[in-house]
Amino acid sequence: MIWVDTILQGILLGGLYALFAAGLSLVFGIMRLVNLAHGDLIVLGAYLILLLVTMTGLSPFLAAAIAIPLMFMLGYGLQKFMLNRVLGDDILPPLLVTFGLSVVLQNALLEGFSADSQRLPAGTLSTASVEVAGINLGVLPLLTFASAVLVIVGLNQLFYRTSLGRAFRATSDDATTASLMGIKPASIFAKATSIAMIIVTIAALYLGMRSNFDPNIGPARLIYAFEAVIIGGLGSLWGTLAGGIIIGVAQTVGAAINPEWQILAGHVAFLIVLLIRPRGLFPRAVD
Amino acid sequence: MALLATHKLTAHYGDFQALFGVDITLDEGETIAIIGANGAGKTTLMRSIAGTLINEEPSVTFSDSVIGNRPADEIMAMGIAMVPEGRRLFPSLSVEENLLIGTYGRQHSGHWNLQTVYELFPILKERRANPGTALSGGQQQMVAIGRALMSNPRVLLCDEISLGLAPVVIRDIYKAVPKIKEAGASLIVVEQDIGQAMQVADRVYCMMEGRVTLSGTPDELSREAIHDAYFGAAV
Repeated sequence: MIWVDTILQGILLGGLYALFAAGLSLVFGIMRLVNLAHGDLIVLGAYLILLLVTMTGLSPFLAAAIAIPLMFMLGYGLQKFMLNRVLGDDILPPLLVTFGLSVVLQNALLEGFSADSQRLPAGTLSTASVEVAGINLGVLPLLTFASAVLVIVGLNQLFYRTSLGRAFRATSDDATTASLMGIKPASIFAKATSIAMIIVTIAALYLGMRSNFDPNIGPARLIYAFEAVIIGGLGSLWGTLAGGIIIGVAQTVGAAINPEWQILAGHVAFLIVLLIRPRGLFPRAVD
Repeated sequence: MALLATHKLTAHYGDFQALFGVDITLDEGETIAIIGANGAGKTTLMRSIAGTLINEEPSVTFSDSVIGNRPADEIMAMGIAMVPEGRRLFPSLSVEENLLIGTYGRQHSGHWNLQTVYELFPILKERRANPGTALSGGQQQMVAIGRALMSNPRVLLCDEISLGLAPVVIRDIYKAVPKIKEAGASLIVVEQDIGQAMQVADRVYCMMEGRVTLSGTPDELSREAIHDAYFGAAV
């Protein structure tokens, strides 16, 4: 029974990693941009929610609802005024720019909020649980997982049921031909990054309520996000959820064997998948 | 006044100059053909008009606007659609989605919609859920033409639509041209197949090495004149 519990906890933890990864996967899938500042943007989102909670006394969920449009606009501006200028055939300039952005964000957050670790007040939610078939499941992990599934379902609906989704896929396939359809690739990229920032904010909400955060934890979140995206297959949204779950289960199983192995087990699982399926479990992107 | 015209149009790929002062005109309701050998500059001319190759502002005019330096998405929204060389269908979109994406930048009411495109090319309705790139070459060309028609363009640019297709398939594709004209579009057809071009065009321009070397109606142009303009006169 304890192993069933361990695996269930791992699956729920995978929901958080899938949330970290979904925005990264979206942006990579559409514009082949690897955003090295993704983890730091999640941390920025967490601080923004914390700021709103502190200033207004709102619950983190309501504060996140306010933060979402702000992060949406930040994403639009970031893409339009910075990243679109460096996107092109050479993948190095956008990598360097997002690396620089990562450094700037970490230092700005350090300057503004100090290195002290923070946490979003989750109240009784942090300890609430429900019993299912003799296994106690935390309400917050359940909410995180449900949010991850909803985000993936929502993104799939957007991609496969809307005109904007068709434009996303067409631009991803061939931006020059897409422009012959009246699609402005730069505008499509800005919309994609804006939507990714909505997901970043949702990830930030659960990150902040489930664990402590400080300005320097962004790169580690980025690694989990990367691993989930690569395990799932670059550009595949459901694959990203599967990737998050595999890392989550590997970590909880590793921790059950020896608590020191938790983080290591996740990375080992990533390496094993990479060795067996170098393009991930459900690859969508051709290049 | 011509619906579309180029004025001393030049084009460059880096240091390489591909067009040298090209002047062509297209009147409302007219079909013109651009013929020429490989490397003559036909596709460059199409790209310059469609906006995937940006030029000097006054070098291309459409209706009352100068469009030489506008990007492709704006030119398409104004009513110039292109069937690019090699079809360039979107692999991740189904046949129907490939058609629908043609309306993204221009939702203009007119003759062409999903139903009328399916009437023009009935096979596409049967294959509408298939990925566009899973179709035969001829069927892919039909999707590419249908995709461009979906925006109800005033000008349709067709770049080498017979390239790589069997003669019987080319005949089927070209059967659509009169119907497209009847629906109100003006066409510029780039072709290496001179016979096919002569059949559909009201006027023909022959290009060689980035210049227009001959122009006129199909009746005016002799076989020898076309041969000389196409390959260069024998010394």
